Amino acid sequence: MDILFLLIPLSLALAAVIGIAVWYAVGAGQFDDLERPAVEIIADDDTPC
Amino acid sequence: MDAIVRQVAPPAGATCYHCGLPVTDAAAPAHAAPEGVRRFCCVGCEAVSLFIHGAGLDDYYRLRSEKAPRPDAAASSRDTVALYDEPAILARFATRRADGTMEADLIVEGMTCAACAWLVEHAIERVPGVAGAHVNFATRRARVRWREDDARASAIFACVMDCGCKAWPFEAGRLALVEEAERRSMLRRFLVAALGMMQVMMYAAPAYLAGEGEITADVASLMRWAGLLLTVPVIAYSAAPFFRNAWQDLRARRLGVDVPVCLGLAAAFTASVFSTLRGSGAVYFDSVTMFVFFVTGARYLERAGLERAGRSLQRLAALVPSAARRMHAGGEEVVSAAQLRPGDRVLVRAGESVPADGLLASTHATVSEALLSGESAPLERRCGERVLGGSLNCGDAFIVRVTHAGADTVLSTLRRMMELAAAARAPWVEAAQKASGVFVVVILAVSALAALAWLAVDPSRALWVAISVLIVTCPCALSLATPAAMSAATGALARRNVVVTKVRAIEALAGATDFVFDKTGTLTLGRPRLVETVALGHSTSGRALAMAAALGADSPHPLDQAIRDAAHGLHWPVASLARRTAGRGIEALVAGRRCRLGSVEFCRDLNGIEPPAIDTRHAHSIAWLADEQGWIAALHIADALRPGAGEAMESLRALGISLHLLSGDDARVAARAAERLGIANMQGGATPAGKQAYVRGLQARGARVAMVGDGINDAPVLAQADVSVAMGGGADLAQVRADAVLASDSLEDLVRAVRIARKARAVVRENLAWALAYNLAVIPLAVAGQVTPLAAAIAMSASSLLVVANALRIR
Repeated sequence: MDILFLLIPLSLALAAVIGIAVWYAVGAGQFDDLERPAVEIIADDDTPC
Repeated sequence: MDAIVRQVAPPAGATCYHCGLPVTDAAAPAHAAPEGVRRFCCVGCEAVSLFIHGAGLDDYYRLRSEKAPRPDAAASSRDTVALYDEPAILARFATRRADGTMEADLIVEGMTCAACAWLVEHAIERVPGVAGAHVNFATRRARVRWREDDARASAIFACVMDCGCKAWPFEAGRLALVEEAERRSMLRRFLVAALGMMQVMMYAAPAYLAGEGEITADVASLMRWAGLLLTVPVIAYSAAPFFRNAWQDLRARRLGVDVPVCLGLAAAFTASVFSTLRGSGAVYFDSVTMFVFFVTGARYLERAGLERAGRSLQRLAALVPSAARRMHAGGEEVVSAAQLRPGDRVLVRAGESVPADGLLASTHATVSEALLSGESAPLERRCGERVLGGSLNCGDAFIVRVTHAGADTVLSTLRRMMELAAAARAPWVEAAQKASGVFVVVILAVSALAALAWLAVDPSRALWVAISVLIVTCPCALSLATPAAMSAATGALARRNVVVTKVRAIEALAGATDFVFDKTGTLTLGRPRLVETVALGHSTSGRALAMAAALGADSPHPLDQAIRDAAHGLHWPVASLARRTAGRGIEALVAGRRCRLGSVEFCRDLNGIEPPAIDTRHAHSIAWLADEQGWIAALHIADALRPGAGEAMESLRALGISLHLLSGDDARVAARAAERLGIANMQGGATPAGKQAYVRGLQARGARVAMVGDGINDAPVLAQADVSVAMGGGADLAQVRADAVLASDSLEDLVRAVRIARKARAVVRENLAWALAYNLAVIPLAVAGQVTPLAAAIAMSASSLLVVANALRIR
């Protein structure tokens, strides 16, 4: 059971990391348009979008 | 795609390379391409496809998952594009950035799949002087930056049109930023609550599952602290809007639904914190986070559904300057209609709408006031007669001397009437708010009573019981019941081309007892169509029709247009030396004979023979065809009923709805339409105010009225009705005020909408009944102190899932 003293703080840290990642992803507009990027990647075009 | 293949009959089953519609005409444009022949159904599709090919964006055809919509050749809208370069108008939608470039948001309409967004973006980027473009397919908006010295705004709009889409400036660019920030922050709050909920449940589950003494006290305490740590952001960040709303409600001395939610959340959280600090007692962190997760999720879904539904209507928020051609000594200039002053002389070309009220300065004009009065037949106006702003020029170009502009026009008066009617509806909304206030008072009273009772019995449990009652009476099921069903119904309606602009429209549509229809443009197509050709001489009706079409081949008059549409596919003779006499008809030489097409007097003047008597009952207007020897044919033209209108009326009656027809059109014409559709209640020659009074009369007798209309003249009555539906092709103004819009213009979709709305109402009732039954079962248990945290958590999730699953049945 002692392992929980390591695992629970670890899970808290992990949750914090995920939280920050989600925060950044929403802020960067990654959830704004869920359809277009799928097309963008197969177009024969090198210009960055 | 260089060599052009012409006049080769297309193989059976050929479809347009661009829009996918069948191609049957041998004269249809076709181009040789590496993979074979590319055929097009019309020059519009050909032009768009050539533009795409010329810009090197052929990839579009490989990437797309949907066929493109057929571009409509709206030549006049290209003219108004030049207005966007006017400094005064440009300043309203574009902003100058720090680096000197201009930036603007555009609403792009007509994109059917993500590949269209790709196409439009790359096409805009190829316009010289454009510094950058980004097209968002989800919001149908484009953000464009350009250098003012090298590019003009009009070139960007024209480029989007070249791609077969339509573009409008999005005036509220700043509003869009606020909207975007709001959507993102809602999503963040929801995701934070989701993360917190999942993780806190992990810490709570062992306590439920473990037997007595299986978890040591220090581990249990650690898990409580971990739960507390993760609940803090959920309460402080995700639930912050609820606390803000509740605080605003309390300050305004009213009780909204957020008040008990916040009271329960705050009490449960505070008590759980004390338990954690003390190291004993129950903690409700899992219930708190789960509750926040469900409520934020419901609100995000509700908002996303509404946004999606409203997107197709967002062009109504766009700035569409109506253009006017002002005449001056040197010629004409295009100005915005707002700049017109009384006394200005304005040129109105064929097919354009009149920008302001005025008197006709040309000798003759043919205008349609269908949008203003509902009168479907084109009207003849002579020099010095009044022409209303908003009416459409169906004949040749004419000049108008402006008498009233801007706010003084008849159009603006109608607009004000409509606003008054809309304002009068507000008390209904207030009543709904009051009812929810009563519900909240009951919840608060029950939990206070429970707490008082327990103070007498066992003071140590009083707080816990009060909290569990608060949480249990405002469970996710109750808060999800309506939004989940509404969101599902909005989506289902949108798939059937019915765009809901206000959520309460669904409820009102389900409860409507009376449907009131406008005639012109709603039950009918709103434009004349050839009903019958009566051959009077030796000619067959087909030959006569082809001849009439040949005579009116170049005429912009709507009656000639109707004849041409009907004669499509026939072999037309050649008409030469065509000469038009305004307001009377056309004369031309066909096979060496002098023929006339037009009014009865006009034709009689040619042959001097009295016209034969014919049955005119079904015709709105008659175009006569004659030559010097005698009469050839009478072409009956009427405003034809919309296809499927009869069946739609039949289905509505089967649903137990009374039907009414109100028309601004001539009473005789309206009566005939009502008779053919089997509508018993009919009023013809109705003014906008008269229609409004009719609906008010129905409402006074207790009817719940749904109004279906399309024109500006319908706008006041749309606002008066309990729920209003506008036809998608109608005037913009009517659509703005309507609670729902039929984007397909098909009345059968209206019947489906009523069915879906009724289904949604049933689902909402089932959901509320379930939530209520759940509450009634759980409140006594909670009041009795019998609800354990585990039971509460399971019951809450199960009842929420049930409500959502039930809502998903709406399809």
